[in-house]
Amino acid sequence: MKELLLLAIVLMILLVIFQIAKASEYVSVLKGEEKTRKQTNKINGFLLISFLIFGLIGVYVCNEWFFKKTLFPQGSASVEGEKIDFMLYLTIGVTGVIFFVTQILLFWFCFKYQEKAGKKAYFFPHNTNLELLWTTVPAIFLTVLVVFGLINWFKITGPAPDNATLVEVTGHQFGWEFRYPGTDGILGKKDYKLYNQPSGNTLGVDFKDVNSLDDYHTNLMHIPVNKPVKLVINAQDVIHDVGLVHFRMKMDAVPGIPTTLWFTPKYTTEEMKVRTGNANFVYEISCDQICGASHFSMRGVIVVETEEQYKKWLSEQVPEFITLNKANTPATDSVKMPLAANVK
Amino acid sequence: MSSVVTLNEASIGQISHGDVAHLGHGDHHHKETFISKYVFSLDHKTISKQFLVTGIIWAIIGGLFSVLFRLQLGYPNSTFPWLEDLLGHWAAGGKLRPEFYYALVTMHGTILVFFVLTAGLSGTFSNFLIPLQIGARDMASPLLNCMSYWFFFLASIVMASSLFVQTGPASGGWTVYPPLSALGDASSGSKIGMDLWLFSMAFFIVSSLLGGLNYITTVLNMRTKGMSMTRMPLTIWAFFFTAVLGVLSFPVLLSGAILLLFDRNLGTSFFLSDIVVAGKVLPNEGGSAILFQHLFWFLGHPEVYIILLPAMGMSSEILSVNSRKPIFGYMAMVGSMFAITILAFLVWAHHMFVTGLNPFLGAVFVLLTLLIAVPSAIKVFNWLTTLWRGNIRFTPAMLFAIGFVSLFISGGLTGIFLGNSALDIHLHDTYFVIAHFHIVMGVASFFGLFAGVYHWYPKMFGRYLNNTLGYIHFWITIVGAYLIFWPMHYEGLAGMPRRYYDFQNWESFKMFGGLNEFISFISILVFVAQLLFVINFFYSIWKGRKVTTLNPWNATTLEWTTPIRPGHGNWVGEIPEVHRWPYDYAREGKDGQDFIAQDVPIGANEEKH
Repeated sequence: MKELLLLAIVLMILLVIFQIAKASEYVSVLKGEEKTRKQTNKINGFLLISFLIFGLIGVYVCNEWFFKKTLFPQGSASVEGEKIDFMLYLTIGVTGVIFFVTQILLFWFCFKYQEKAGKKAYFFPHNTNLELLWTTVPAIFLTVLVVFGLINWFKITGPAPDNATLVEVTGHQFGWEFRYPGTDGILGKKDYKLYNQPSGNTLGVDFKDVNSLDDYHTNLMHIPVNKPVKLVINAQDVIHDVGLVHFRMKMDAVPGIPTTLWFTPKYTTEEMKVRTGNANFVYEISCDQICGASHFSMRGVIVVETEEQYKKWLSEQVPEFITLNKANTPATDSVKMPLAANVK
Repeated sequence: MSSVVTLNEASIGQISHGDVAHLGHGDHHHKETFISKYVFSLDHKTISKQFLVTGIIWAIIGGLFSVLFRLQLGYPNSTFPWLEDLLGHWAAGGKLRPEFYYALVTMHGTILVFFVLTAGLSGTFSNFLIPLQIGARDMASPLLNCMSYWFFFLASIVMASSLFVQTGPASGGWTVYPPLSALGDASSGSKIGMDLWLFSMAFFIVSSLLGGLNYITTVLNMRTKGMSMTRMPLTIWAFFFTAVLGVLSFPVLLSGAILLLFDRNLGTSFFLSDIVVAGKVLPNEGGSAILFQHLFWFLGHPEVYIILLPAMGMSSEILSVNSRKPIFGYMAMVGSMFAITILAFLVWAHHMFVTGLNPFLGAVFVLLTLLIAVPSAIKVFNWLTTLWRGNIRFTPAMLFAIGFVSLFISGGLTGIFLGNSALDIHLHDTYFVIAHFHIVMGVASFFGLFAGVYHWYPKMFGRYLNNTLGYIHFWITIVGAYLIFWPMHYEGLAGMPRRYYDFQNWESFKMFGGLNEFISFISILVFVAQLLFVINFFYSIWKGRKVTTLNPWNATTLEWTTPIRPGHGNWVGEIPEVHRWPYDYAREGKDGQDFIAQDVPIGANEEKH
């Protein structure tokens, strides 16, 4: 009922506007169309300059309200992300100048050169110098942006440092799983055909490969602070994307084509709680590539902690090979225990 | 019959050209039935109106979809019982289900990008203006032209029917990336709805190719005497480049669509490899999901310019006419459109910076992408200089053209953020992208479309649109568009991902609830304001103020030398000969006019253009 009423009111308003508009057309015919045209021209000229002024105020107010809600005032949580913050400020600086100059000129010209009786427009079909000016100046600005952009791009996408912690991330509808290489530092081979839900081998790990025997499979991602971390990214079903807003990182997870990204976290989760003033702060992994009906809830959590905390956490993990065997053949689980003891 | 009527009207009106003597020799009195005149018409003007009206209907549907999903984004904790009445089980309990939310998002994108801003924009105005402005009686092939519309109609029917299938329409985003779009097990929208989407797009591509080939042929071969390429209005240049883009890039999308159909239905593995879905291990190996993205964006990026170039062309024309000044730097305008056309083919992978693309390849695409900013900057400064020292008339069309320039600046500049791969890592697939492309491609091109409709409506229907409604429409739309999309940049800077149904469970994104509600509220308002335009459009066809002069805007181009309501064949008698470029404004015309039309011979003491 309420909706119908609302609909009726909207229709009424549209009808009233329509009637007023029709009436104004009749009035303009009576008053003389030329006279009406001149009046509306003045009104619209005035509105255009008002739009500019209120628009600029709006840009300022919007920035006051919302910039503090973006991630930039708190700075990047990764060393590499600082490059992206720098690119942002540089680009805002360059484009901001162009934005204000061109928008102000646009609306100012509209206001200033609105039609006036007896005035005639200036015949000015072209001017080579002017055209060269606004070909070269933007080209120079863009060269600066491209050069800085590419330097940073190659740094960010370059190979990860050798001491990077290796973590494998696998996305599927609708969650993330992680695998750590264990003491040997090598991730065991996988084959998607070995995927087996009942046995618990949900990543399709090939346990015939000895490198897989000490690998951990976790649902949370823990990483040490101030040390580079390299992610090897997989997807099992459709394309997903590892979005790490605080670290300013992002990389697609593509079935059949592993991808990588690396970064160096600067703050532990606990430090970020203080920095952001948010006691509930967590580093979140957001899926940034549409992946189905629950795309919006495909959330992962990263715990960044001190080296000691990280090592402690790691020492509490049990290799997947053991947990799977434990679950499947409870009688023989003790056989595998020495392996776990090897793991620091 | 209609030519006789127009002839009378024309002779009553102020005839400003020298062809009166020929008016009587019209030889285009076809015997026309309702079917041949209004349904399977071969007249480019009628076909253009068919495109326009179909486009308007699709725009209302596509716009309404955005209102529905904005309700979810703005009011995630509310229920709307009427939604269930409207959508049935897709909104059980008055709350949109995620599956249908994604279907709405997908359809909104597909409809607006292809059906409204491609068919509705370039289909309408290329058809209407190419013959009229180059001085041709019709298209090179009126039959292909007619088929072009009816293929579009067929595509529309198939797409519309997909809205009603039980598993829902396609819901993997308008970019339909496989494997999501290839696997029915991955999403209910990837069942029959996706096949219908692909078939519809195949028909649409056929329509677009038939139209495009026709536009190119017509522009190259059918210009009237004296209409050299460099005397063509910028509108025609824009339509020409648009058609070239479409003809060269749409077939690539067609190949992608067909391969995807094969993967879906015939067990091939073009895009599929190493997949476990819904607990099943699929046999497909060796395909590449990324390959589809290359095929898609090889069209997808030129598509952006297919949408934007006509708006640029029409805005250039309208800015010049209403500033009463020649367009500044005509050759630079043509050159920059040419540069944009070439570069449009060379930048597609900037949509794929975070797919794992080779960083070196990414760097090449950064360079080529940011290169587009140069011709874009030239165009903007040339528009500004066109306004400088003009004598500006703010018709509704002019306001929309000015709005177009403003939006093109705002949205174009944010493209510099996204085209730079390092910064794109953070901004990719966030609301920053939504803000960017809605401003520069969506709203700006809509402004070009509106500018075109307000400006050429008198030529289309022999009547004017209501001005007051036009002004109200403009002001609500431009203020609303900025209120909706400007704050979205901030959401994007915060990394808020696009295509999310709900943000409330995210510690990183939940602080924008109030802003989302504001944006939703404004978008509903702006949507309702568009209905004013729709009412104005249809009412004025029959009841608008009648056009009584041949050339109501005092423009120089040839379409205003035709009778007020031109019949099939456009000119009664001979087609006028062209003697000068189309921008002779701010000149000493006859009877104290401030312009000289294209068909007026060069005077004795005049320089030749």
